[in-house]
Amino acid sequence: MPGKIVINDKTIAFLEKIIELSGETITLCDQCGTCSGGCPVIHEMDITPSQMMHKVQLGQEDVLESKTMWLCASCNTCTVRCPRGLDVAKVAEALRQVKLRQSIDNVDLNSIPKEDLRELPPIAIIAANRKMIS
Amino acid sequence: MEISYFPGCTLKTNGRNFEGTALPLLELFDIHAKELDDWYCCGVSFSQSADNLMQQIAPIRTLVKAKESGNTRLLTLCAMCYNTLQRAIFFIKSDEDKRDIIHDFMYREGTKFYGDEVEVVHLLTLLKEIGSEEIKKRVKKKVDEFKIAPYYGCMLLRPKEVAIDSSNAPEIMEEILEAAGCETTYFPFKTECCASYQIVNNSEIVKARTKKIVNSAVKNGADVIVLSCPLCFYNLDEIQIEIKKEDKNFKTIPVLYFTQILALLMGIKSEVNNFSLHYIDPTPVLKRKGLL
Ligand code: SF4
Ligand code: SF4
Repeated sequence: MPGKIVINDKTIAFLEKIIELSGETITLCDQCGTCSGGCPVIHEMDITPSQMMHKVQLGQEDVLESKTMWLCASCNTCTVRCPRGLDVAKVAEALRQVKLRQSIDNVDLNSIPKEDLRELPPIAIIAANRKMIS
Repeated sequence: MEISYFPGCTLKTNGRNFEGTALPLLELFDIHAKELDDWYCCGVSFSQSADNLMQQIAPIRTLVKAKESGNTRLLTLCAMCYNTLQRAIFFIKSDEDKRDIIHDFMYREGTKFYGDEVEVVHLLTLLKEIGSEEIKKRVKKKVDEFKIAPYYGCMLLRPKEVAIDSSNAPEIMEEILEAAGCETTYFPFKTECCASYQIVNNSEIVKARTKKIVNSAVKNGADVIVLSCPLCFYNLDEIQIEIKKEDKNFKTIPVLYFTQILALLMGIKSEVNNFSLHYIDPTPVLKRKGLL
């Protein structure tokens, strides 16, 4: 059974927070699905980028437990295609920031074998640090 | 002519084959790329959250250094440095309040940056400015039936305000390589993402992406893939070794920086290519085509 949509002060506050952090007028999203259609990592996601947008519109904080925001590669494919001019990559970043600002990281560099870290180019490690480590 | 140059973190390590071929190439056109003094990393990936000004400081400090260099143009080779620095310029120009906060934070640092003082130029743009005729004049070797698939990835093309060419259908790499006498191959994955920094803890995603990108280039008849991003380079090159281990039928393809091909065509000594940095050895195909 699909759950009932609840809109209250808490859901509105969450939506407003993500609008503030992303700088994007998320309420403009009309769920066309273009972002999901072109996303290169959608096959690994538990909810699609457009579902992520919808959940934020409805202020559903459980979107923070989805893997989608962490899997976004900030490739900006959706950014250049959204017919509403929205930047989904910024929304994913805003959601990551909510976690990162509570010191909840998505990557533990200590768990990556030293040989792998030595092999990886600095550009990969620094980008992952910026996106997934508080 | 002299131009200021920002190498970024990876061109001094994994990307030595990129810098090593690009700088001598520019010298052929009498362009000397003068490295900024005492630079550090630009932060790699542009900060996308509206209130996190701290992450803007690294690229802005780089732009301050460029301003202090006295040269109004700053050359980048790495696609990610290009993107981050270019977006930082848009950021500082578009929001005066945030710019003031950043200036205030950096109040002991003397030089203030406002956005218009430095123009960030990617090497491909610079070569396009130099023009086909000048490129043609410097080519010493001729290649036949060597099909090159230019791969753009994301950072040179998106978002639109920083794109060096059309976001959907870029041709700039083709134009430059064709001016140098190469044949290029279109493949529909040339602007698709390789999954970027997900390589650090989600290499399976990069594997899936690389498989699609490489298969598409191979099916369209390419002999090599060329690109301009050290992260794409690693993801497309190294991961092919992993894919091959799992799938014996997978056909690998060498990956090179576009500057490596140009340097070979223009007779620059092949040592600067640092072929030991490649996972899929490009030397057999380069020898077959008479470039080595
Ligand atoms: S492309 Fe834009 S409008 Fe369409 S679903 Fe995605 S965010 Fe919403
Ligand atoms: S920016 Fe993120 S959500 Fe958008 S297409 Fe790229 S990976 Fe998918």
